[in-house]
Amino acid sequence: MSQWIYIGLFFIVGLIIPVGAITVAWILGPKKPNPIKKTTYECGIETVGDSWVQFKAQYYIFALVFLVFDVETVFLFPWAVKLGQLGLFAVVEGIIFILILIAGLVYTWRKGMLEWA
Amino acid sequence: MSFWIDPLKVAADWLLGIFTGWGLPEVAAQILIGFLGVLLLISVLMLLDIFLVWVERKVVSRFQDRIGPNRVGPFGLIQPFADIIKLLIKEDTTPGGADKVVYNIAPMLSMMSVLILWAVVPLAPRILGVDLNVGALYIIAAGAIGTLSIIMAGWSSNNKFALIGAFRQVAVMVSFEIPMLATLLIPTIFAGSMGLSAITQDQNIWYVFLAPLGALIFLIAAIAELGRAPFDMGEAESELVSGYNIEYSGMKFGMFYAGELLHAFTFGGFWAIMFFGGYRFLGLEQVSAFLAVAVIVFKAFVGYWIIMWVKYTLMRIRIDHMLAFNWKFLTPLAFTLLMVVALMNALLAGTPTWFYVSGMFLSNIVVAWISIEIARSYSRREREKVEGSTRVVEAHH
Repeated sequence: MSQWIYIGLFFIVGLIIPVGAITVAWILGPKKPNPIKKTTYECGIETVGDSWVQFKAQYYIFALVFLVFDVETVFLFPWAVKLGQLGLFAVVEGIIFILILIAGLVYTWRKGMLEWA
Repeated sequence: MSFWIDPLKVAADWLLGIFTGWGLPEVAAQILIGFLGVLLLISVLMLLDIFLVWVERKVVSRFQDRIGPNRVGPFGLIQPFADIIKLLIKEDTTPGGADKVVYNIAPMLSMMSVLILWAVVPLAPRILGVDLNVGALYIIAAGAIGTLSIIMAGWSSNNKFALIGAFRQVAVMVSFEIPMLATLLIPTIFAGSMGLSAITQDQNIWYVFLAPLGALIFLIAAIAELGRAPFDMGEAESELVSGYNIEYSGMKFGMFYAGELLHAFTFGGFWAIMFFGGYRFLGLEQVSAFLAVAVIVFKAFVGYWIIMWVKYTLMRIRIDHMLAFNWKFLTPLAFTLLMVVALMNALLAGTPTWFYVSGMFLSNIVVAWISIEIARSYSRREREKVEGSTRVVEAHH
């Protein structure tokens, strides 16, 4: 049996369990909605303005920096697996690769993008 | 092949005989057996999860000088089952204006993202779901579904607290994923494989002795990944009431809660697999598969206990401090450590084991010491800047 069939089975069973639990709760629980109960919770007062607030641009910057590093680690994993066989040359090459990435982080840092302004 | 060494194989062979006896084709019988195995593992996990609720409540009460649940059953052991009945018969409210589809999918994904992690966990030499050769990457990918469920829950609830909590939580989770990835590369370098089974098999010497700093960074990043105190930005009770899961009630909230506890336990298990030898302990794993499972469950509980200890001891850190700590300290430190480990691994290759281990250990200590010195001198400069200016103000008075 292929390994990925097994992973697929895990996904299916992993979804069935919570779906089943929530469905049972939905069948057993009372359903008496009213307008007051359906209002958005906000410490007992009525919601002011739109609930979908604007988000801070800072989160966007962090997401961008994350994306760069996340993609790069995909390249680093194969490097790490074969490191024992490739010897010192591959180690130096990997270090140069990581240093280029850290230069990107330092650039972001010097630009003041990591400050929570 | 005896039952004590490899119970899974014995059971699978027995079931295969029965199913093919019924006239099923062999492929269908294999898939059915796989399905039953997955169902068994996930059922045990859900049972464990119920038990974890009790453990968590008992431990937190001890930390806070209370007794905790002690009325329902001996030592309050039946309490979680009473909680489940309560969750099942509670009304499930949906706020008006919520995005219903996304709102309902989020708790299911939250639970699923934790359960599917166990597909690659090696419980004993021959008891494991699948021995994926990209196990470490699979963990990260499955964890990303958890991040997705949080932003889905926060966005769809039509609530400001939920949305702000989800933004913060996701920012923290994606940020701390970087040092976690960097420290996952260290066991990969040592074992020459991303498979968790190969990493466990390779640990004749626990990797924590080769890379103690790596183990520490992994633990810190894991706590942030879990969204637990001191990094519980997404929930922040005193600011956001409950954060991303504020509008959820009944079983849907239960899924978030149970998923969080099982996630913490799972990361205790990953910490044990990556740095503490997984199911290996003094050759016990060769005696019986059941002993191996007992060893890894014990190690996972120790990891889980340390995560709880940190949670109930430290207070919450402000979001800007937390992200600055990650991007300005932990990420550069993790990558420096990765480079040092890769270099030392190549330089020390072929040396005797005691020399290799002590060289690795000392290089870790040196990296930790230098980074602490840099952080200390930086904070001293910052403090002098602040204190110097206050002294000037006092002189004016």
